Amino acid sequence: MVQISPKIIVNLQRKAVIVRRHILTMSHRAKSAHTGGALSCVEILVALYFKIMRVFPKDPYNDKRDRLIFSKAHDAKALYAVLAERGFFEKKILKGYEVNDGKLAGHTIRHEVPGIEASAGSLGHGLPIACGVAYAGKLQKKKHKVFVILSDGECDEGSTWEAALFAGHHKLSNLVVVVDYNKLQGFGYTKDILDLEPFIDKWRAFGWDTREINGHDFSKIIHTCGEIPFDITKPSIIIAHTIKGKGGVEKHVNQVSSQYKPPTDEEYVEVMKSLHV
Amino acid sequence: MRNTFAKSLLTIAKKDKRVLLLTADLGYSAFEDFIKELPNQFINVGIAEQNMAGVAAGLAIEGYKPVIYSIVPFTTMRNFEQIRNDICYQNLNVKIVGVGAGYSYGPYGHTHHGLEDIGILRTLPNMTILAPGDPTEVRLATMSMMRSNTPTYLRLGKAGERVLYDKTPHFSIGKGIVLHEGSDATIIATSTLVSRAIEVATEMVKRKYSIRVISMHTIKPIDKALILESSRKTRVIVTLEEHSIIGGLGSAVAEVLAESQACIQFLRLGALDHFTKSIGLQDYMREKNGLSIRQVSSQILKLLSKVQHS
Repeated sequence: MVQISPKIIVNLQRKAVIVRRHILTMSHRAKSAHTGGALSCVEILVALYFKIMRVFPKDPYNDKRDRLIFSKAHDAKALYAVLAERGFFEKKILKGYEVNDGKLAGHTIRHEVPGIEASAGSLGHGLPIACGVAYAGKLQKKKHKVFVILSDGECDEGSTWEAALFAGHHKLSNLVVVVDYNKLQGFGYTKDILDLEPFIDKWRAFGWDTREINGHDFSKIIHTCGEIPFDITKPSIIIAHTIKGKGGVEKHVNQVSSQYKPPTDEEYVEVMKSLHV
Repeated sequence: MRNTFAKSLLTIAKKDKRVLLLTADLGYSAFEDFIKELPNQFINVGIAEQNMAGVAAGLAIEGYKPVIYSIVPFTTMRNFEQIRNDICYQNLNVKIVGVGAGYSYGPYGHTHHGLEDIGILRTLPNMTILAPGDPTEVRLATMSMMRSNTPTYLRLGKAGERVLYDKTPHFSIGKGIVLHEGSDATIIATSTLVSRAIEVATEMVKRKYSIRVISMHTIKPIDKALILESSRKTRVIVTLEEHSIIGGLGSAVAEVLAESQACIQFLRLGALDHFTKSIGLQDYMREKNGLSIRQVSSQILKLLSKVQHS
């Protein structure tokens, strides 16, 4: 197993704090919903963009890049914050999130800012698109990988499973799904609304090789991604166990409210104090 | 129409490796040559139309020219949101091909009738809609569409449609074709009913009326100039389509006429606004919806008599 120096982990953790500050600031400014799911995928995105994926921030569509399709696009502010921190565009653009004449929509629009690979927003669309991108990569015998960030909620959608079947059948080993499994969806816990369990078994049955990790643990994320493809004849999926609202306003952590409630002025001051770099 | 499409696409795909044919497990006895000659450019995605549209979007993002294929309702309605978000919103070069326009699959029942496709797809920005009227137009439409790089829907009949041209007409997306000049009434027809328009015009000659026949092979963008020209040349305009009278060619022409100064008698003829209880072969279904030669002629005669008495 590759050793990751503690210094790298500390730097990534610091980056995660900065990204959470951006997310809460965007949420507070625009009084926007979808904060909890943005906070739950911070470590996943930071690890991917700062350590795992091959990216070219100054040449964002370089053909050699690894692609990332952010299917849980309602949590776009996490992606915007990470892209800005990675140098894809200026951080001041984050001020244009969900405000009049802003550059950043609540759900991603392809090429709205450098690094956004696909328009998304309606759930269950990302994995099919990513399958097409990965299939194209295979046809052209290219080396890049195609990452997809799925929410657990969008695994309710039939189209996600149509694509899962397709990826398994066509052995898209260049395709990597990371599920942000924070176990909360629109109206409550996934286990109460439409239970996904046994979740990992379902993916296995569809022809994927699977890993299950703590999605907030940088060391685990990096080690696991280092093993991709887990099996050269299969697509890979990482079920990342996460906490919705992590690092945000305390009363919303692991609560449905984290999906809807932006921080109040007082909460914002308080939470920003707790997120010091 | 289906075989002409398959043959035309094969010719194009042989010269352009970026062309990929995706089907949701349909095309038996149409795509065998394609599969044999270009196996690497063919993907049967299985019976999963939503995924097919999404995969096509992903392929187009990477520079391919995917063509997705199924029966009209399955390739336009089952996956409508993927067409809207993944294809049109991103303005990607994906071609959507629907076989079985109107009552081509008449006996199968309403699930297989292609009656609302134009209506729903017409609302999507960036979308071009082609509805060729015979195998000649299918070949030309396929070639034109594959030269464009934007989302396009190609509406096909099924099999056995009559060839309407002696020589290859000039075909340009967005420009209707005048098949027959006339001075009393204009029939603007599309897709599987262009041949019916010619039959009606022939019938009307017996009654000493001269009918202008237009094949409106492009529904979006609609050929406004040709519609307005017809409103000046003849005092009656009738639209004819094997599609719901709501939302299709008739609606598109009505929109143009309503916003013009034209003073004409206008009638939309198409599938009635109902879920059919009767089933039967295409001609039977046309008769049930007032689209037989006799029924259409009689409607036009009524309008002509109104004009003559005004």
